[in-house]
Amino acid sequence: MINLTINRLKVSVEEGTTLLEASRFYGFPIPTLCYDEGLSPYGACRLCVVEIGDEKKAKLVSSCTYPAEEGLRVRTASSRVVGARKMILELLLASCPQSKIIQDLASAHGIRQQRFRQEYEDCILCGLCVRMCEEQMMAKAIGFRGRGENRSIGTPFDIKSEVCRLCGGCIYVCPACQLRCTYTEPENAICGGCENLSPPCLEKERFDNMMCYMDPCVSCEIRKR
Amino acid sequence: MNPEHILAILENHRGDLGEVISILEDIQTKYSYLPEEALRIVAQKTRRSLVDIYGVASFYKSFSLKPRGKHLISVCLGTACHVRGGQGIAKEFERQLGISAGQTTSEKDITLETVNCLGACALGPIVVVDGHYFSNVSQQRVKDVVQKARVGLDRVDVKTDERLFPLEVSCPRCNHSFMDRTRYIDGYPSIRVTVTFGGKHGWVRLSCLYGSYSVDHEYKVPTDTVVNFFCPHCHGELAGVSSCSECAALMVPMIVRGGGMVQICSRRGCKGHMLDLTRIKV
Repeated sequence: MINLTINRLKVSVEEGTTLLEASRFYGFPIPTLCYDEGLSPYGACRLCVVEIGDEKKAKLVSSCTYPAEEGLRVRTASSRVVGARKMILELLLASCPQSKIIQDLASAHGIRQQRFRQEYEDCILCGLCVRMCEEQMMAKAIGFRGRGENRSIGTPFDIKSEVCRLCGGCIYVCPACQLRCTYTEPENAICGGCENLSPPCLEKERFDNMMCYMDPCVSCEIRKR
Repeated sequence: MNPEHILAILENHRGDLGEVISILEDIQTKYSYLPEEALRIVAQKTRRSLVDIYGVASFYKSFSLKPRGKHLISVCLGTACHVRGGQGIAKEFERQLGISAGQTTSEKDITLETVNCLGACALGPIVVVDGHYFSNVSQQRVKDVVQKARVGLDRVDVKTDERLFPLEVSCPRCNHSFMDRTRYIDGYPSIRVTVTFGGKHGWVRLSCLYGSYSVDHEYKVPTDTVVNFFCPHCHGELAGVSSCSECAALMVPMIVRGGGMVQICSRRGCKGHMLDLTRIKV
């Protein structure tokens, strides 16, 4: 067992536990976007930052990838952590304003405006769908492509992958609804969920350029209200 | 694209399937881009998923997934070249070639690209054509560079390159000289031999300059064809025993006047050769 302090509370966790798991286990909430219990941690969204160490040596680390260490002092909600998180959320809002998940998180952190040039991306490159496809579905149909500004997620050559089983797992985990409904373009369809619903969805024609409206999707929730 | 070429490249890298980048580099060298089919074969043979291979291929800027032209012009837009007007030079290239950076001309002869630094900032603005550097390029010189690129820079400049020297060669069987003083190549008498390939039979004149690959022929020999060489005097075949270290085709031996032997590769386009001098008179 490893002993450490989280927000001045002395706790002990098993070796190999990450700071995120430990904090959540002891009841300290840490927001995440790219973390999923069934998938390997990736540290892409940086929302889970926590502060470790003391005074001058204190630094911010992503808790989802940082393993618990003996005697570590962790602060999950210091002013520095909250400030960094707010900035990250503002940046996420600037790139992906349509995502309900990001909107909710921003609202919960008291962000009322964002100061950056507004873009309308539909992907935050968190890699959840890539890991879902590889680790849970054993398919590896989608992956990262390009780099820098041109980095994107999708299938090789932008054509339907032979190994894709249209499981829809990528859309299920997506926090930004990047893989929007592709019903009208069966050639690059990744989901196909609406065709397989029972009873079949009668409104699917209306969603040609909308985000996917399957179970976790945000546009559906918005529409219901 | 020939799947067998890809398989041969993969064969060269057998034993270490982690060499994806060097495999892709070899494919790119052969085809000047990465064909989709090739990536699929690589993925299958290295037992990786296509996503991984595609990720690597699209990550590195030196890999191209689109077919490229015969010649590649890279205009440097690094900081030093930028402040000396690299942008204007790139624009001028675009205007002259009628394409924008990253594109290939419709005749598929020239691809234009911009790069971010070539590490020769003191010489800027720099333009690189097929590995040949042009320094202090001005907009007026762009036309000249394009012309040189079209002609091809692999041709050697006989007058200025001191590594080139002429050889006089003769047949290893009858010892008759191959030198043809009626026809000059690169300013020196040419080497005349007869060749056969694919049912055709005709003369070929080679440059006698060691290091020059200039050639003149009766019938155009397609690249990659292995041809048989014959002596025009005794009509015996010039067949060697060793094979080319580059492409494994048979080497063609000729006797060098003054003592020694020169061997050239019998494959058209292959630059494999060997010079073995016994006595050097300077």
